[in-house]
Amino acid sequence: MQIKRFGFFAFLFALSLTAYAGDGHDSHENHEAHGEKSIKEQIKEVKEHHLKDSHSFHLWGDHAKGNSVEFPLPIILWDGQLHFFWSSEFHHNANAVVESKGSHFRLYHSKIYKTEADGEIIYDEDHHALNEKPIDFSITKTVFSTILVGLLMFWMFRSIAKRYTKDLVPRGLSKFIEPLIILVRDDIARPNIGEKNYKRYMPYLLTVFFFIWIANLIGQTPLGINITGNIAVTFGLALITFFITQFSGKKDYWAHIFWMPGVPYLMRLVLMPIEILGLFVKPFSLMIRLYANILAGHTVIISIIGLIFVFGAWGAKGAFFGLTFFLSIIELLVAFLQAYIFTMLSALYFGSAVEEHDEHH
Amino acid sequence: MALLEDFSVGLFFWQLLLFIVLLLVLRKYAWKPILGAVEEREQSIEDSLASAEKAREEMQRLQSDNERILAEARAERDAILKEAREIKDKMINDAKSEAGSQAEKIIANAKEQIQNEKMAAVTDLKNQVAEMSIEIAELVLGKELSAEGKQGALVKEQLDQFKLN
Repeated sequence: MQIKRFGFFAFLFALSLTAYAGDGHDSHENHEAHGEKSIKEQIKEVKEHHLKDSHSFHLWGDHAKGNSVEFPLPIILWDGQLHFFWSSEFHHNANAVVESKGSHFRLYHSKIYKTEADGEIIYDEDHHALNEKPIDFSITKTVFSTILVGLLMFWMFRSIAKRYTKDLVPRGLSKFIEPLIILVRDDIARPNIGEKNYKRYMPYLLTVFFFIWIANLIGQTPLGINITGNIAVTFGLALITFFITQFSGKKDYWAHIFWMPGVPYLMRLVLMPIEILGLFVKPFSLMIRLYANILAGHTVIISIIGLIFVFGAWGAKGAFFGLTFFLSIIELLVAFLQAYIFTMLSALYFGSAVEEHDEHH
Repeated sequence: MALLEDFSVGLFFWQLLLFIVLLLVLRKYAWKPILGAVEEREQSIEDSLASAEKAREEMQRLQSDNERILAEARAERDAILKEAREIKDKMINDAKSEAGSQAEKIIANAKEQIQNEKMAAVTDLKNQVAEMSIEIAELVLGKELSAEGKQGALVKEQLDQFKLN
């Protein structure tokens, strides 16, 4: 449970840092009056942009100064009919409005809204946009990165599989990957699911383990990709675990949920709603744990990198560089541990679904 | 709630789709062959270890067999040697006793023969003495007939001659 504690700590740390940044923002109000954004303001912006999904793949440079290097990604929208165009079109027009099949769309704070031709956004009193939002099926930066991860995984594991057909002795890449596959099989699947049933779940456990791990690692690169720090991604993964668990549930599993054997009847009535709640809490915890850990990690790292620029003194810059380095190494560990934990808990849930109890509780 | 606001249906859709496709593709093209190969190898390692163990046991069995056979052979050799030694001793003893008895027999024979020879010689001597006595008697008788005095000398001379016999 070290990881939970670390995640919690990192989250607190990130919160305190953002709070600190907020304070700084107030005291530097006068900088903004000059039209120049203060450094803290810029850091905050970079952080928010990084943590959110984006409709184009930004590599480096600054939007405002016009020297940003990025490549466009396809935008796919649904509002009763299908709209398709490239994200670069948002930058072609002066008011950043794209017209497609008679509708107008505008990208605002990394979300796409439906507007009139002038691209006006209507706000409520909390400065939230009130415009209608089409359903956004765009190949965003995260989707694009997910495709990359998928291709990378396919290439990697296919080449290993091919190698094994020639020779059973692991060589090259398989020498590195095989212990991990054995880890998933012997330390995760076998003890939690049981010798009888574990083989059925191996493809899912391996895929989810390597997907999360590689996605986490890619999130550590300076490309600023954040796949597993998106709640939609972790929700998707947790949902699959949830469905696999329910579909492999045997009689014993459902009996333990709806009519707990071996306890007084009154207790069974009390336990039933708790157990039903537990059905959903388990995958929910999977979803939140992975999402929060990765998001917290990214937040902390970006904040500390930001601090290098905030402090003028070279000593302080060095100290924060060292801290960033140290935390990056911890994040590498977290990347692996989160993949391990997600896989482990999924296996545990599958195990509880296929378990056959001898009735004595 | 910021969490729900951040939730992107499109991202969720793509993520689910991509992940399931990845899962199905990897299951068919990667995990099955990899897990199969790993299992096959583990099986072969297990088999090799088991057969090595079996070979070792076999070897041990053979070795103990060999030792047993060797011990038996050694015992047999010892027995044969012992027997041979006994036979040799017996033969020597037999030979010795036979030779002894043979020698005794020969000696006895020789003694008997000597006795016989002696007897024969004595008999012969007796005969010769008798003959000579007769001859002497003849001569004495003949000379007595010619000269009385010379008869005694003649007998004496003849007797001296015969004494050497």
